[in-house]
Amino acid sequence: MNKTAALTLLLACMATALPGTLAAQMANPLRGQAAIDQTNRVHDFKPMMKEQPPLERAYVQQPPVIPHQIDGYIINANSNKCLTCHSWENYRSAKATKISLTHFRDRDGKELSNVSASRYFCNQCHVPQVDAQPLVNNDFTPVDALNKH
Amino acid sequence: MTDSERPARTGKGRVFGLGALTVAFVLGIVFWGGFNTAMEWTNTESFCISCHEMYENVYVEYQDTIHFENRTGVRATCPDCHVPKEWVHKVVRKIQASNELLHKALGTIDTPEKFEAKRLQLAQNVWRTMKKTDSRECRNCHGYDYMDLTRQGRRAFDQHVTGLDEGKTCIDCHKGIAHRLPKMPDNEQVSLAR
Repeated sequence: MNKTAALTLLLACMATALPGTLAAQMANPLRGQAAIDQTNRVHDFKPMMKEQPPLERAYVQQPPVIPHQIDGYIINANSNKCLTCHSWENYRSAKATKISLTHFRDRDGKELSNVSASRYFCNQCHVPQVDAQPLVNNDFTPVDALNKH
Repeated sequence: MTDSERPARTGKGRVFGLGALTVAFVLGIVFWGGFNTAMEWTNTESFCISCHEMYENVYVEYQDTIHFENRTGVRATCPDCHVPKEWVHKVVRKIQASNELLHKALGTIDTPEKFEAKRLQLAQNVWRTMKKTDSRECRNCHGYDYMDLTRQGRRAFDQHVTGLDEGKTCIDCHKGIAHRLPKMPDNEQVSLAR
């Protein structure tokens, strides 16, 4: 087959396939059913999940996710609400996870006697969860060290 | 003259006496009503935030909290937490409020920097009062005996049960529920553990 014919054939295939895929995408878009030029009204607004046991990590060094709500918890120069339960002095009476030793190390690797300033703002790494499934399928599995099976 | 010979009030004198009494009674109601109206007018959120010291500091912080905006729309405003509801305690607090008027005139906290410098002292004043009254103002709405602990989360359940055993009061743990926490002395964290 010569170049022109091959090109024409390719274009013909694309022309038939394209509307099909477009239609498939349009039938069930991730952004919802509203037209492009309309405001998309959020109808299933998901609240943060209430308290549950600690969730499994996907990576060994992953900052664990927060298994409870943190509405109104303030972290500023004056006070850190998270540490009222998770600090080394308080975690036992609050029955909470102890803040990791890695948070006592500054960026030069020096060990400090209290939480490092670079680890003070918990929400830079730790987030609460919402009960939502991934929008796109993925078959990621963690390393054997974390794998329960 | 003996008692039996003293002339009794008769005729116009008697009516005049009664009339004066009635007028005095009605005036009394009017003035007492006026006094209470004025006092209740100072017992509103809009009165409290008419001072910029309150509006720009504690009111702004309170707007991020659950007592300002929440699922049910049931709210607590400034007087609900800071002014007792019982009449005697309320009047005592109102008299103490003359101190606040004095400091308003002196401008003790009229800039953000001055307010931050005083934040710890002001917070401790409120905490001390609440501890002394066993969190009376919290109990205006939150009745511990009517709390269904089984409907609370694990953390709340644990802390409320052990708290009751240890004789704690609301303010012991719920500091910072409505306004930002101050920097504690000696870098101590405000914590649940006491």
